[in-house]
Parts: sequence; structure tokens; C-alpha cells
Amino acid sequence: MSEPVISAKNVNLVFETADDTIEALKDVSLDVSKGDFVSLIGPSGCGKTTLLRAIAALEHPNDGHLTVNGMTPEEARKERAYGYVFQAAGLYPWRNISKNISLPLEIMGYNRSEISSRVKKVLELVELDGFEKKFPWQLSGGMQQRASIARALSFDADILLMDEPFGALDEIVRDHLNEQLLRLWKSTNKTICFVTHSIPEAVYLSTKIVVMSPRPGRIIDIIDSPLPNERPLEIRDSAEFLAVSQRVREGLRSGHSYE
Amino acid sequence: MSKFIKEKLFPILTVSVSIILLWYAFSIVLNSKWAYDKAVRADKVLSFKELVLDTWSQKKPKLPTPHQVFKEMNKTIFHKKVTSKRSLVFHAWITLSGTLAGFALGTGLGIALALAIVHNRATDLSVMPWVITSQTIPILALAPMLIVALGGLGFTGLLPKAIISMYLSFFPVVVGMVKGLRSPEILELDQMKTWNASALQILLRLRLPKSIPFLFTSLKLGIAASVVGTIVGELPVGANGGLGSRMLAGSTFGQPIQIWSALFTAAIMTALLILIINLMKAVVFRTMSITEA
Repeated sequence: MSEPVISAKNVNLVFETADDTIEALKDVSLDVSKGDFVSLIGPSGCGKTTLLRAIAALEHPNDGHLTVNGMTPEEARKERAYGYVFQAAGLYPWRNISKNISLPLEIMGYNRSEISSRVKKVLELVELDGFEKKFPWQLSGGMQQRASIARALSFDADILLMDEPFGALDEIVRDHLNEQLLRLWKSTNKTICFVTHSIPEAVYLSTKIVVMSPRPGRIIDIIDSPLPNERPLEIRDSAEFLAVSQRVREGLRSGHSYE
Repeated sequence: MSKFIKEKLFPILTVSVSIILLWYAFSIVLNSKWAYDKAVRADKVLSFKELVLDTWSQKKPKLPTPHQVFKEMNKTIFHKKVTSKRSLVFHAWITLSGTLAGFALGTGLGIALALAIVHNRATDLSVMPWVITSQTIPILALAPMLIVALGGLGFTGLLPKAIISMYLSFFPVVVGMVKGLRSPEILELDQMKTWNASALQILLRLRLPKSIPFLFTSLKLGIAASVVGTIVGELPVGANGGLGSRMLAGSTFGQPIQIWSALFTAAIMTALLILIINLMKAVVFRTMSITEA
């Protein structure tokens, strides 16, 4: 086994507000290996998004040890080690889809021909080819989120961090995008960290499920999925799938026991 | 088209007609004293009809009627050579050039200050209070001093007026652009951070495009302020021409119709300038897919 891509050891992160201190992350330890698909699941306030943001160097732990590609998260961010997909697509209305996807590439100084070939490639990956010249408002919510995934993939970082990317979409669209995401993950061999509060989504997608609990935000259970890599949507009716879902649900419930 | 009539033309016409009716009514009230005085001296008793006709056609009325003003405007706009000192086109052009120069300076200064304020905390804390203070000084008191001071330095003609105009027009631009440049959401700024974008890249690709709607609102306020500033700048130096000096002359020589004509010309000019900005806004908004909030 090689070095983990993301490694957290006893990470603590505290938010100070005017009249309160919130322990967003307490003693969080987690290793993510290359090619893993890791889901962070838990109720709101459990620190799953905070952990993702700490990996992305958008938040800074108070103590503990956190590395990304063997570097500090800040160094990794400057090396553009990851692509980040936010809850909202965050596309610029004044740019068409192809221009939106080329935005990070422009910022990173790619030349024109490189940009156009990369945009073409990622648009095919998310099955949005043909929509280059459309503007965001002409696309459905699901398509916008796919464009935002394409944008995060465009500069070909090894790590993809996704913060409830499908949270605002209806279930039918979400199923479809989950299937697409799995295909994409397999074909690109990226390491994915995926925040969600949906149990079926977490179990369906992940090779590793991290169950978290709030106040203080901590990890309750880490499940290495026994499911095969080949996952048709029907797998969600299998006994194995239901067993994993059951374990996740129990983890979530135990985290809430004091309520 | 019927929507245009119902939602634009009809309300505007209703208000316009009401104003004109009120105006004629006030003309009777305000000018009646002079009409009665004349009648007493001529030893006559005025009928209501005679009173109304007299108040609406005096040579130096307290409040001239709309038709008197428009007759004067027609005469001084369309029937005088534009190079004549009696032409309102001549004076409007002088005011317009001062306005445009002041507007350009004010917009430039406003944007520059906003950029400094947004990107530098020290500037934010030190300059912003002065920007606000600057607008609490009555421009009418400041203008003559500025004209004299600048004249002492050898600056006369267009520049002093443009500076007063700038003084009024930079303010809405600073305030609007500071707000506009700060309008990107946290998510959008985080996104930029994940790409390790530089401050300049964030400015050009996110902050500036995002500030466009704010800019146009500011420009509309700014151009109106520019006209006012220029006219105020023309008041102390009547001889140089401009709508402001025309108003001053009208006031000095007791020509209310002349004052009102200059006033209306200024208003029409401002309305046209705002219309031009609105057209520019419509084009820019369409190309940037911005929907009006």
C-alpha cells in the first residue's frame, strides 16, 4: 500500500463565534488512498463539509496533522492538487458553458489550443458535448451541476472534492448523475471525497463510507464497502447493499443517542 | 405594444397632464397680484377671464406658463444661430462639454477609489470617511472658492467646472462600485481560491463583471450630478456662457422666462444623457445575460 493521498491525524477545528465556541471537528483521523471513493455522511453540523473544506485549505485546523498528496493543504491548494465541486454550480451567467469550463484553465495559464481540447474532453466526460455555446440559464439544474463537475475536472487534478453536489436535485436526476459519476470515477481513476446526507447515495457510490456525528463533529464509523466495483443501479436492492445501509443508519443513530 | 402604452405611456402622460394643469393654476395664483395692480392703476375691474388671460401672458411673470417657456425655448433653440450668445444650443453645448468632462473625471476617480478601497484595508478605513464627508459640504458654497482658487493657478474655462462636476459625480460611482466589487458571493470567492487565482485575476474575471449592474446605476446618478455640478460651476462666472450663466443672467435682469427655459433645457439634456446610458446598459446587459433585478 502506497502513501495515502489524504491523511488526517487527530485533526481539531474550532469555530469561535461571538458567544460560543463550536467544535466543528474533534480528533478526526482518516486515510484516503489513491483511487478511493470516500463519502462523508452525517446530519448537518457534523463537520463533513468542514472536513472537506479543511482538505481544500478553505478552513484551517487548530491542531492535528493533515496532509494532501504529502503536502500541507495550503501547499496542495497552490499546486492545484484538487478540483472542488460546490453545492451550487456557481457558473458565471455572462459566460457560455465552454467559457465557464475554461475559466480555471485561463487562470492557470493554459494556452488556447490546450484549453479548447481540454474543454472538449471534459464536456464529453460529463455528456454535455453540443452545449458549448449555451448559457447557464438555458440548462437544467442537473446539467448545470454536470458543467460544474466538468469545470472541476478540466485541469486534471488527481483529487476531486465534492460538497453535496446533487443535494438540490430531484431523485431521478440524482440517480442518473450518480451512475454517471461512478463511470467517470472509473474511467479517470481519480480519488473522490464526496459529502452527502443521503444514505443510498453514499452506499451506492463509495468504496469507503465515513459516518460522522455532530457536537462535537467527529467520525463514528468508517466502513470499507464490500460491494463490487461494478455497480448497476439495481444493486441497491441487494442484501449486501441493504446491510451496509443498515450499518450506516445505526452509526448515524448512535451519534444522536444523547438527544 | 399595448403593454408599453398601459405601463409606460399612460402613467407618464397622466402625471405630465396633472403637472401642467397644476402649473397653469399656480401661474394664475402667483401672477394675479401684478394683474390686479395694473388694473387698479388703470382704474379697471378685471373679470375672471381677463385675469386669467393676463396672468398667462405677462412679460415678467413670477411663474411663467408652460407655453411661454416653450415659445421662448423654440425661439432660442431653433430660431437662433447656434453660435449666437442668445442661442440655448450654444449654452447647452458649453454646459454639456463641462458635464461630459466632469463625468469622465468623476467616473474615473470613482472607479479608481473603489478599486483601492476594495483591495486595501487601510484605504477602506482612511478614505471612505473622507468620501462621505466630501458630500456633506454644500457645493454651492464651495464652487465659487474653487473657481477663484483654480483661476489663481491659471485654470479657467472648462476645467474648473469639470472639477466641480467631478466632485459631485464621483460619489455615487465610488459607493456603487465598492458595493459591486464586493458583490461576489463567498462561494464564488472560495471557488477562485481553489483555483489559486491571483487578486488581479479575481478582479478581472469575477469582481468587475459582477459590478456592472451597480456601475450603470451609479452612472445614471453620476451623470445627473455632473449636470448639476457644471451648472453650479457656471453660476459664479456668468460671462463665460453655459446654461448656468444663462440662469444667472435671467435672474439678474429679471427674466423669469429665460431662467425657466434654461432650466428646461438642462432637464431635457440630462434626460437625454440618462437615456443614452440606459441604451448602453440594455446592450451590455443583453450581451452579459444579466437580468434586471
